Amino acid sequence: MVNKPTRPTDPLIGNDNWNIQLDSKGRLKHFLTIEGLGSEILTNILDTAESFANVNEQRVKKVPLLRGKTIVNLFFEASTRTRTTFELAAKRLSADILNINISTSATSKGESLLDTLQNLQAMLCDMFIVRHSDSGAAHFIAGNVAPHISVINAGDGRHAHPTQAMLDMFTIRRNKGRDFGGLRVAIVGDILHSRVARSQIHALNILNTGDVRVIAPKTLIPADIEDMGVTVFNDLAAGIKDADVIIMLRLQRERMQGALLPSEHEYYRQYGLTEERLRAARDDAIVMHPGPINRGVEIESRVADGVRSVILDQVTYGISVRMAVMSMVLGREPEADLAGAAE
Amino acid sequence: MDEIAKPDQLLEKLAGNLEKLLGERGIDDPLMVGIHTGGVWIASLLHTRLGISQPLATLDISFYRDDFSRIGMNPRVKPSSLPPQVEDKHIILVDDVLQTGRTIRAAMNEIFDYGRPASITLLCLVDRSGRELPIQADIIGQHLQLGADQHIKLSGPEPLEFVIT
Repeated sequence: MVNKPTRPTDPLIGNDNWNIQLDSKGRLKHFLTIEGLGSEILTNILDTAESFANVNEQRVKKVPLLRGKTIVNLFFEASTRTRTTFELAAKRLSADILNINISTSATSKGESLLDTLQNLQAMLCDMFIVRHSDSGAAHFIAGNVAPHISVINAGDGRHAHPTQAMLDMFTIRRNKGRDFGGLRVAIVGDILHSRVARSQIHALNILNTGDVRVIAPKTLIPADIEDMGVTVFNDLAAGIKDADVIIMLRLQRERMQGALLPSEHEYYRQYGLTEERLRAARDDAIVMHPGPINRGVEIESRVADGVRSVILDQVTYGISVRMAVMSMVLGREPEADLAGAAE
Repeated sequence: MDEIAKPDQLLEKLAGNLEKLLGERGIDDPLMVGIHTGGVWIASLLHTRLGISQPLATLDISFYRDDFSRIGMNPRVKPSSLPPQVEDKHIILVDDVLQTGRTIRAAMNEIFDYGRPASITLLCLVDRSGRELPIQADIIGQHLQLGADQHIKLSGPEPLEFVIT
């Protein structure tokens, strides 16, 4: 079934090419944002990831699926977890992967982004995995690469981080089952600067989550957030009451301009997740965090290392989920062949 | 074209031949592995009938196919459930229809990524014409000569029936 695109509500990127991630048959050609995708594609990613989880239990943790494909990790912004798990995922699929750290490469010698891309294309690559500090960067690159190249967004500015959102959905499904209808999910922290939160909210909505809440000081809540179908709380205790899933976010100091917060200490006093505060949530609530965690700023060590924490599971699941996305994107039958087969 | 037997009749014969072969080879604790989807149906029936003590394992060869770059990702790939201790096991690999041999090649590649088995015995409900690789089954329910444009498919699991198109 072809997924019906929905109208974009995101002002961070233009409306021009928001839908370029789907091909003419409604399959993922690029993976740039969760927005506009149907529940069928998301469920398909999660199911495929479930199968890849078994590969990680093999003695030889590798399948030959993407043998001969070349994937480029194109990171314009620092990352450890995301870059490493993409690299591991590519290697477990038997693809060849290059890591290009742009800040130390040709762009610092004055080469433009498009020139860099054209050079990489000339090296006959199949996929770019892009991390960039500007919102819309992955869309821009996807709109300017040769037709045979797929682009995966590994985080662009404050816009989207779709594979992170999918591994979070995978973590929730592993712990809470396939039906999100009865779940209360609370996202706590710097919503304003968080591409992770935006992608999570889209994914939770598409998967029909019963109750999605965001909890933060007023200064860290974007103005239009309620249009995304979430309930806003400024009080942590009220927000996480009876929650099944609590997602903590990092304070993104590097993106903050001006005085949005009095101090980290004051933030921890009001919004830090401590073991005592966690009691307001359901007894079987899980605590998630996309990392890197700041102990004593948004989360207490006892919680981060405690029995409710699934933070390290998220990292492990990230490998399977990224394997699923990569193989789905690169595993579409060529459209020209399809036309031929129809004759 | 030959008359096709009912899968139930063939199962009777397969179970008998398998028991005999395992006896001849001195295999007393085999690991039965069914290939999704039809192979799993047959394997689970044989597994019960022979009273094999090792739990039934299943294999989805989607990640090992040699035509991935041509036909892409199987949207309904199921998890494989091979136990980690494949090492030194005598494996009975079960599939419904043996045609090109490509599925079996992929299945063997996958098994070896879990460990080095002591042996693999291949059992197929139907051995039809159209082989493209040097792979032969040890135990076969029925041989069928079919044209290249004819397809045989097992539907099931209840009832098991062949569909030829």
